[in-house]
Parts: sequence; C-alpha cells; structure tokens
Amino acid sequence: MWVKQAQSEVSGIVEAGLPGLNVKRRSGMTMQSRLKRAWRRSKYLWLLFLPCLLYYAIFKYAPMFGLVITFKNYNVFKGIWASEWVGFKYYRMFFENPDFWVLMKNTVLLGVYKLVFGFPAPIILALLLNEVRNAVFKKWVQTVSYLPHFISNVIVASMVIMFLSPNGGIINELITALGGKPVNFMMEPGWFRPVYVLSEIWQHIGWETIIFLAALTAVDPQLYEAASIDGANRWRKLWHVTLPGIAPTIMIILILDIGKVLEIGFEKVFLMYNPAIYDTADIISTYVYRVGMEQGNFSYASSIDLFMGVISFIFIFSANFISRRLGGTSLW
Amino acid sequence: MVSAGEVRGRRRISLFTIVNTLILLGVAAVTLYPFVYMLAVSLSGDVYVMKGEVTLWPKGFNLRMYDLVLGDPKIWSAYRNTIIYTVLGTAIAMIITSMGAYALSRSDMTFHKGFTLLIVFTMFFSGGMIPTFLVVRSLGLVDTIWGMVLPGAVSTWNLILMRTFFSGIPKELEESGRMDGLNDIGIFFRIIVPLSKPVFATISLFYAVGIWNNFMNPLLYLRNPDLFPLQVILRNLVLAGSVSSGQVTQIGGDNMVVEDSLKFATIMVSTIPILIIYPFVQKYFVKGSMIGAVKG
Repeated sequence: MWVKQAQSEVSGIVEAGLPGLNVKRRSGMTMQSRLKRAWRRSKYLWLLFLPCLLYYAIFKYAPMFGLVITFKNYNVFKGIWASEWVGFKYYRMFFENPDFWVLMKNTVLLGVYKLVFGFPAPIILALLLNEVRNAVFKKWVQTVSYLPHFISNVIVASMVIMFLSPNGGIINELITALGGKPVNFMMEPGWFRPVYVLSEIWQHIGWETIIFLAALTAVDPQLYEAASIDGANRWRKLWHVTLPGIAPTIMIILILDIGKVLEIGFEKVFLMYNPAIYDTADIISTYVYRVGMEQGNFSYASSIDLFMGVISFIFIFSANFISRRLGGTSLW
Repeated sequence: MVSAGEVRGRRRISLFTIVNTLILLGVAAVTLYPFVYMLAVSLSGDVYVMKGEVTLWPKGFNLRMYDLVLGDPKIWSAYRNTIIYTVLGTAIAMIITSMGAYALSRSDMTFHKGFTLLIVFTMFFSGGMIPTFLVVRSLGLVDTIWGMVLPGAVSTWNLILMRTFFSGIPKELEESGRMDGLNDIGIFFRIIVPLSKPVFATISLFYAVGIWNNFMNPLLYLRNPDLFPLQVILRNLVLAGSVSSGQVTQIGGDNMVVEDSLKFATIMVSTIPILIIYPFVQKYFVKGSMIGAVKG
C-alpha cells in the first residue's frame, strides 16, 4: 500500500510537472515514443471519452456516410452498398418537382416570420420585467412565463387546434360572442403562419428573456444615476443607457437566430398541419418525412434533406463566423 | 417633507408602474389561462360545457372524465413506458455526457482539439432523418426500449454546457487528487462529480424533460403500440382522432363537446406531473441556461 502510493505520487509529479523540460525532450522523440507518451498521459481520459466517441460515430457520423444513398437507388434488400448508382437523379427530380418552390417558400417564410416577430418579443418582455421594482412579483411573472417552454409540442399543438376549432373552440366562441363569424383556422392556408408564429412566441418568450435579463443586470447602475442627474426621464434612460448596454447581446442573439432561420422544428409543424393547408404549412422536413417514412422512398427523401442541410450549414456557419468576428459567443 | 417636483415624479412613476404591472399580469394570464380553462372544462358537467358557460371555474363539478381517462389501460401503459424511457434515458445520457464532457474539459488530453471539432461539427451538419433512421434500424433498435434511449443519448448542447462548467473547476483540486494517487477516472468520480452536483441536477432535468416531451423519436422508431410513450398516445387520442379502441372514445361518442372535455382531461392527466414539479425545479433550469451564457 505504502509503496504503491509513493510510486504513483512520484509518477504523478513527473507527469504533471516540469512542462519546460517536456518540450525540449519532445523534439527528439520518434513517432512511436510520442504515441506511447500520449497513451500513458491520456489513456484514462480517452477511456472516459470512449462512450461519447462511440455515440457520435454511430449516431452522428455513420448517418453522414449513409448519405451516399442520395446518389444511389436505395434498395432495402440489396442494402446501401449494393444498390446501384444513379448520380444526381434524385436532386434533379427534386429541382424539377413543382412542389420544390412551394416547399422552399414555406420553409423560408415560416422561419423569417418567426424571426421577425419572435425575436423582438422576449427583448420587450425583458425590458418590462426590468422595470419592475417588486422582486417577488418579478420573480413570479418570470417563473410563470418560463412554464410553456417545458410543455411538450404535442400538448401545445393539441391546445392550439382545440382552442381554434370551429366547433366549440374557445377562440371561436369569443368571436361569435363578439358578433363575428367562426373561422376555421386550421383549415385555411392563410392562417397557418400567424398561428404557428404566435404559438411559438407563447411557448418560448419567457425562456428567451433569461439571457436578456442577465445582460440587463450587467448594465452599470452608475450610468442610470448619471442620466438621472442630467434630467433624463424613463424613456431617455431606456434609449441612451439600457439599450446601448444590452446591444451587444441583442446583436449576438440576432445573428445566431438568423443562422437558425431554416431550422424549424419538425415536431410542431408536423403536429399542427393537415393536408388542407399543405400550401402554406408543408415545409422541407415534413415533406422529407412523408416521402421517406410514409412512401418509403429513402433515397429521394435523403436527397432533399441533404440539399436543405447544406444550405442551412452555410447559414449557421456564416452566422457563427460573423458572431465570432464581432467578439461574441459562438457555437464553437 | 417632499417637494412638488418629487411628488409629480413619483406619480408619473406609479402610472407607469400600473401600466407595466397590468401588461405583465396579462402575460401571466395568457400563459396560465389555457391550463385553467382546460382544468375547468374537464371538471365540469356536460350541460354547462355544451352551453359554453365554463370559463374560469368548473360548473357542475364532477370527476367523470378523469374516471374515464384513468380507467383506460392505454394511458397507464403509456405512462409506464414514458417513465421507463425517461429514467433509463436520463441515466445513460448523464453517464455518457458527464464522462465525455470531463475528458473534453481537459485540454491536456491528446487529440483534445480534434475531438472537440468532431463534436462541434455535428451542430452544423447532420445526416438527417432518413439516414439516421436507417442506422437505427440496421442496429436492430427499432421497436425496442434502446431505440428510445440511445439515439438521443448525448445532446451536443448539454455536453458543451457541462464541459464549460468542468473547465471552471480550479486545477488545484485535480492536482491534489493526483497527489493522493488517483488517476483521471478516480479524479472524475471522487473529486469532480461531488463538486458538480448542481450541474448534474440541471443537465439531468434538461435530459429528462427532453425525453418526456419527445415525440419525433417514438414516431420514427416505434411501430409496436405496446411500447408507445405518453406523447404518441396523447397525439393519437387528441389530435389524430383515430381512436379505434378503448373506453375513452366509446363513451365520448359522437358528442363533440363532451369529446373536448375528455381530451382536456387527457391533456391535464399528462401535464399535471410537470405542472406540479415545475415550480420546485425551475431554478435549476435557469441556472443551466446561465452556464451557457458565460461559455468560452
């Protein structure tokens, strides 16, 4: 026991310490001894990392290699490798499909509307919360407003559809009570985008205030005092102190949100749409699901998915690049 | 003793405060009212619901709808499945994520940069729905518990959150562990894990909520109705209306409004656990989102 502990103590010191010496020694090392050294130094960390590595290899990278099926006519019985090559057949098929433009338009518009209306909403709520002096009330509103973020999409979609139903839905009851005519919201293509965007705001507005509230607490209180002495009222303070104070945060979040504009969650659209409103509600990911999982055309569906993936990669990558250049946070 | 100006100033503030308070109360009402309404309708008598008289408080209070919902064996089996997937999935996810995150937080690990890049790349690009499905299927995970638990076992976002947290732990603590003869695995389990209980709680909750609410994975990877989790059953009962068997629909019958209160009762049954637990755990969620704000 004693000896063992002493030994590991010594090796621990040797391994951990003397970084200057290591560099000198390293230059003279062969590849093999370098690997051996790396093994000795990192083997336990590699062991800790192994399950994670396997997860990424199997569930993230294997599917990427599986994307070769987009250039093949995938046959369930032959498997991925034995299926014949078809080149860009499925890509051409998609671009020549009259649905292509409709799907692109629906995906882009839904994302843009969500950005335009969904982005400012939490900022406004955060500014209002920031003005509250009563800490208990503030905390209570915050806690309540985070809640829908943790409710499942299935429940949110159910609520939306039932509340908007023309047969006894509460919204239509209200419209009739006010003397209007009931609207069949979920059957009219024109209503899908507003309904979707509003439900997104309802679900996530509170949660998204967190980051802005954090930025607001970091604004120097002395600036407010100085502004008061200069005779600034509430609005002037908001305009000249608060907003400039949180502007960097707003910029970074905006850029990251622009990067994610094409990443519309599959679940909620899938749960809310129906064939009557495909004209506005059908987006790339729901189309991919129907073509792939319901019609079994794996190659075609994956081609569409990959095409969209490449475009959204460009978006996210550029957004992160810009955010990084501006000195803000980024995904990596 | 207050001067006229101060009085005017104070009054202006109080007007703003009133308006602001009203707006925020409105936000809270819009958030909470749907739940109150559903609860009220599901607890009310048919007659009052059909007349549209129920708005805030149940009228003709009765628990018949809940008797029906809780009498449906499908709900119970779905509940059991969801709990199994959530508990097992969270446990597996936490083991893989925490160990991986610790290794990634150690910049002295050989290939540290390479591994980090490998993981971050998946945030930008993925194989997509169909190729992932083909991998899951070829592994024989379709229609098994593992299909619900393994494909989502690591969330890159959670992994990076944990890595950031671990990076902030002073290196001296690790050194002291090494002095005591611990290797990196020992340091992780004996020193890092006990120091990181709050972050473990937070990330576990993120995973648990994610699995509890997930609809897409069971939609893609499950065919066997006996394995369906709550979300799928809920969607079939409430949204698709394609309820072929079971008491719930038989008694709901062709009466539209009663069917609505039955659906509301079903929604409440599946949501009440979250509504009850939420106030106690929400501070952990907020903490978790703050780790992300200071990541480097």
